[in-house]
Amino acid sequence: MERTSVPPIHNVAICGGTHGNELTGVYIVREMQKQKMEKAGSVSVTTVETNPRAVAAGRRYTEMDLNRCFTDVLLSSPITESTLYEVRRAQELNAQLGPKGSAEAVDLLIDLHNTTSNMGLCLIFYSIDWITLHIYKYIENNLSSVPVRAIQLDIPSSKAYSLESVGKHGFAIEVGPQPNGVLRADIFNVVKEALDLTLQWLQKFSSGHSFEGGTVEAYTFVKSVDYPRDSAGKATAVIHQNLQDNDFKLLRSGDPIFQTFSGDILKYEGEDLYPFFVNECAYYEKKIAFHLAQRKTYSFPPISVKND
Amino acid sequence: NNNNTARFDAARRVAIFGGTHGNEMSGVTLVNLWMQNSAEIQRKGLEIKPFITNPKAVEKCVRYVDTDLNRAFTQENLSATGGDELPYEVQRAQEINRMFGPKGSAEAYDVIFDLHNTTSNMGCTLILESSKDAFNLQMMNYIKKAFAPASCLVLLNEHPLLKYSTSRSVAKHPVGMEVGPQPQGVLRSNIFEAMRVILKHALDFISLFNEGMEFPPCTVEVFRVLERMDYPRDANGNIIAMVHPNLQDCDWEPLNPGDPMFQTFDGKTIHYQGSSTVYPTFINEAAYYEKQQAFVTTRRETLAASAISKTTK
Repeated sequence: MERTSVPPIHNVAICGGTHGNELTGVYIVREMQKQKMEKAGSVSVTTVETNPRAVAAGRRYTEMDLNRCFTDVLLSSPITESTLYEVRRAQELNAQLGPKGSAEAVDLLIDLHNTTSNMGLCLIFYSIDWITLHIYKYIENNLSSVPVRAIQLDIPSSKAYSLESVGKHGFAIEVGPQPNGVLRADIFNVVKEALDLTLQWLQKFSSGHSFEGGTVEAYTFVKSVDYPRDSAGKATAVIHQNLQDNDFKLLRSGDPIFQTFSGDILKYEGEDLYPFFVNECAYYEKKIAFHLAQRKTYSFPPISVKND
Repeated sequence: NNNNTARFDAARRVAIFGGTHGNEMSGVTLVNLWMQNSAEIQRKGLEIKPFITNPKAVEKCVRYVDTDLNRAFTQENLSATGGDELPYEVQRAQEINRMFGPKGSAEAYDVIFDLHNTTSNMGCTLILESSKDAFNLQMMNYIKKAFAPASCLVLLNEHPLLKYSTSRSVAKHPVGMEVGPQPQGVLRSNIFEAMRVILKHALDFISLFNEGMEFPPCTVEVFRVLERMDYPRDANGNIIAMVHPNLQDCDWEPLNPGDPMFQTFDGKTIHYQGSSTVYPTFINEAAYYEKQQAFVTTRRETLAASAISKTTK
C-alpha cells in the first residue's frame, strides 16, 4: 500500500471508571493525575474519571450503562429533571471531550475497561483507522506478557454508542479476566505498559517518524448467543467448561457450549466463529452468554504525520 | 475407647443457605435448583431445607441491600425492636433466627450449610467457627477424604475480635462452604460442580451418622485465622498499593518475612514485615476492600477430634 500522511495527534484523553466497578482504569487515571501526567512530548494528555458516582457506589452504573449513552440520539436528547444520570453525564463528557464528529473533538480518546472474560488485552474500535491499527500493531509487537488482540464493531458513527466514538480517533482497551470490584496488580501493570507504549508511539509519530505498513488480524463482531432459558426467562444452563476461559478459540459445530443444571450438554451449531466476552458478568442482564466473531486480515499502509 | 466418644443427637434438621450474599452465584443457583427439585439432596430420615436467605440482594445481584447479612446475627440485632424501620438484613436475620433458631436454643436446626463464593483463589474451603465441635470436625475430615485427591481445606475463625456473627451461626453446627475464585455475579461451571460435590459428601456424612455409624478419633489440619491485613492507605483512606503479583492468587501458600506483599501504583514493592511465616488467604476478595482487608493471615494447626456417634435412646 502507498505511504499515507495522516493529520497530527495534538491531544489524547485517557478515560477510566466508565463502568464504576472496573477498577484498573479508575486507578490508572488517579495515578496519572497524581503524577501530573499532562504531556507526552508535544502531545497533551487529559485524564478523566468518567462515572464518579458509579465508582463511589462500586457499581457498573447508577441508572443506565454510561457506555451505551453516546449515540447521536442520546447525545442530542433534551435534558429534563427526569433525565437519567448517565445520559446527562454523557452529554457533559461530549461537551468536554467532543463534540462527537466536530473539529473540536479530542484527537484520540482511549477508554479503559475490564472484563470477567479471559480476553487478555484487546483494543476495541468501530472503524478501520490507520492510527488505531498502527498503535495496535505497536502494542502487539512490544507487549509479551498477555495476548493482544483487535476487535472491530462494524457500526456507523451515528449509532456508535460508546465513549471512544467521541474522539476523532478512539478505541477501548479491554483487559481481563478481572472480577468486578477487584484490582489486580498484574492487570494494572499490563494496562500501564500498553498506555506507555501508546504514548511512546504518539511521540514518535508527532516527531515525524515513519511507520511501516503491515497487516492486522482483527475479530469482527457477527452475533451474540444467549443462555438457554425456561418459560419464566431464567437461565437453565451454565457455560460449558470447554468454552469457559477459551475466548478466541475457534468454535465449530458440535463443540459443547452449555451444560444444563440437570447435566445435559448443549452443542454449538453454525459456521466456524471465534467466541469472545465468554461469561462476562455484565452481559447476563443484556442476555448475552458470549459474542461470536469472524477473523479478518486488514492491511494498513506506512504512515507518517502530515505537517500542518 | 467408648468413654471418649462424644455423643450427639441425630441431626434431623438441616438447612442449606444460598444467597446470603446476593451476588455469590453458586449458592443462589444450587438453592434455587433444589427448591424446584430436591431429589438430589434428599436423604432418608433427614429434613433438608434449601433456603434463599437474602432474596432482595439476590434479585438485585448485590452483596447486600442495607448491611452485610453475614455479619448481622449479633445478639443485639436479633433482639432489636423497630420492625420495618430496621435495616432490611436485620429484619431478615430476625426472621431467619425464628425459622431456623433461635440461636443457642435446643430448638435450633442441627446443621446449616451456608454457600459462598469468593474472588480469592481459595479453591474449596470449609469454614469452622469452633475448634471444639467434634461433630463438625469429623464432618470436615469425612469431606476432605471423600473429595481427595482434589483439595478441600479448612479455615478456622475463632479469633475473638475477627470472628463474626454469620447466618449459619443460628444452628447448633454451622458449616461455611466457600469456593473460589469466581467473580461476583458470574456462574462458573467448575466452581458450581465443586460446591455441589462437597455438599453431597457433607449430606452423606450426616446420613451415615444418623444411621448409627461411629466415627473413630481423627485429626484435622486447619488454618487458624490470626490477623487481618489492610491495604496501605493515604491520609484520606484511599488505597495506595495493590496486592503484589507474587502474592496474588497464592492463597494458602507460605508468606515469609521479607516476601513481597503489596505493589504501589508507581511500581514499588512493600514487603511482609511479620516475625514468622504465615499462610495468607482471602487474598484480594472484592467484598473486603470496604472492610479494610487485603488478606487474612493464618497459621497451620492440627486439631484432634474425639470419636463421635449418635446418642441411643
